[in-house]
Amino acid sequence: MNYSQFEIWLIIALIAVGTFAIRFSFLGLIGSKRMAPVIERTLRFTPVAVLPGMVAPLVLWPTDAADGVTLLHLAAASAAVGTAYLTRKVIWGMLAGLGVFFAPVIFALL
Amino acid sequence: MRSVERSAFWTGVVDVLPFIVMVVPFATLFGVVAIEAGLSLAQTLSFSVLVIAGASQFAALQLMLDNAAIGFILAAALAVNLRMAMYSAALAPHLGGAPLLQRAFIGYLNFDHSYVLAVAKYEDQPDMPLPSRVAYFSGVSLTIAPLWCLFTYIGAEIGAWIPSNWEVSFVVPLAFLSTVAPMLKSPAHIAAAGVSIVLALALAGLPSGSGLLIAALCAMITGVVVETLLERSS
Repeated sequence: MNYSQFEIWLIIALIAVGTFAIRFSFLGLIGSKRMAPVIERTLRFTPVAVLPGMVAPLVLWPTDAADGVTLLHLAAASAAVGTAYLTRKVIWGMLAGLGVFFAPVIFALL
Repeated sequence: MRSVERSAFWTGVVDVLPFIVMVVPFATLFGVVAIEAGLSLAQTLSFSVLVIAGASQFAALQLMLDNAAIGFILAAALAVNLRMAMYSAALAPHLGGAPLLQRAFIGYLNFDHSYVLAVAKYEDQPDMPLPSRVAYFSGVSLTIAPLWCLFTYIGAEIGAWIPSNWEVSFVVPLAFLSTVAPMLKSPAHIAAAGVSIVLALALAGLPSGSGLLIAALCAMITGVVVETLLERSS
């Protein structure tokens, strides 16, 4: 990470202000008017549009991996997606992914 | 608070209890990863206290690790939070009559869990008086938000003790994958996610952050178009 302390604080402050503006928007300014249906529909897709694109490079080119992507990275990622998709629960996907990924270090400790 | 409101507040507290199982590990992970990434304890805590939105906090952190331009960090983090404008719109008919300060407070605490539970409650009990609705919302959100911050702190303290060869940063993609997978409810959602992945990988060479924004925009349009076409054909 290559930012000055001031820049880090600036990033945090601006995300905080922006997030509040988004959350307060309709409650605060527009009152009880309805949102245009096409906008509402578009907004519903933001998480599935942003997060997969963000995650794909992280899985294929992991930031801190000395030797690039390994079978372990791919197995952990598949376990997380598969379990979360089938159970429809974030927490099970998370636990499955962590379990696979950290199994070698945990076994090494035992 | 009158007893009606007090009881609405406590109903909110009880309703949100199952969500704690999910909030605690995520908050802890954010603390761990933020400290490992190089943020100070004060910065890590401020993130959770001021933003209270896990996915966008992780997104910002990841782009900071990539040394992305500040504008792109903001754009990506806020894009992840855009869904909350929809929450705001959904809450407005139920809570729009509250005084400005209360609405500002609700805005600050308007996140996934509080929105989901509150809207379900208000639709289930349309006769609920406004002060009780505010009390219910407060019960839900004032249970979750302090835990979010507390466990960020605990994670930050744990993070300093984890050996650096554990590759903790890979927890971020695992968290995102687990968050997204349950959202793939329809062919439109799957199509949007597919376009997002393919374009983000194809455009990964662009200055950091910009490829993702293009991919996300195309993915949103894909989602809307596929959904509209499927509705027409059925």
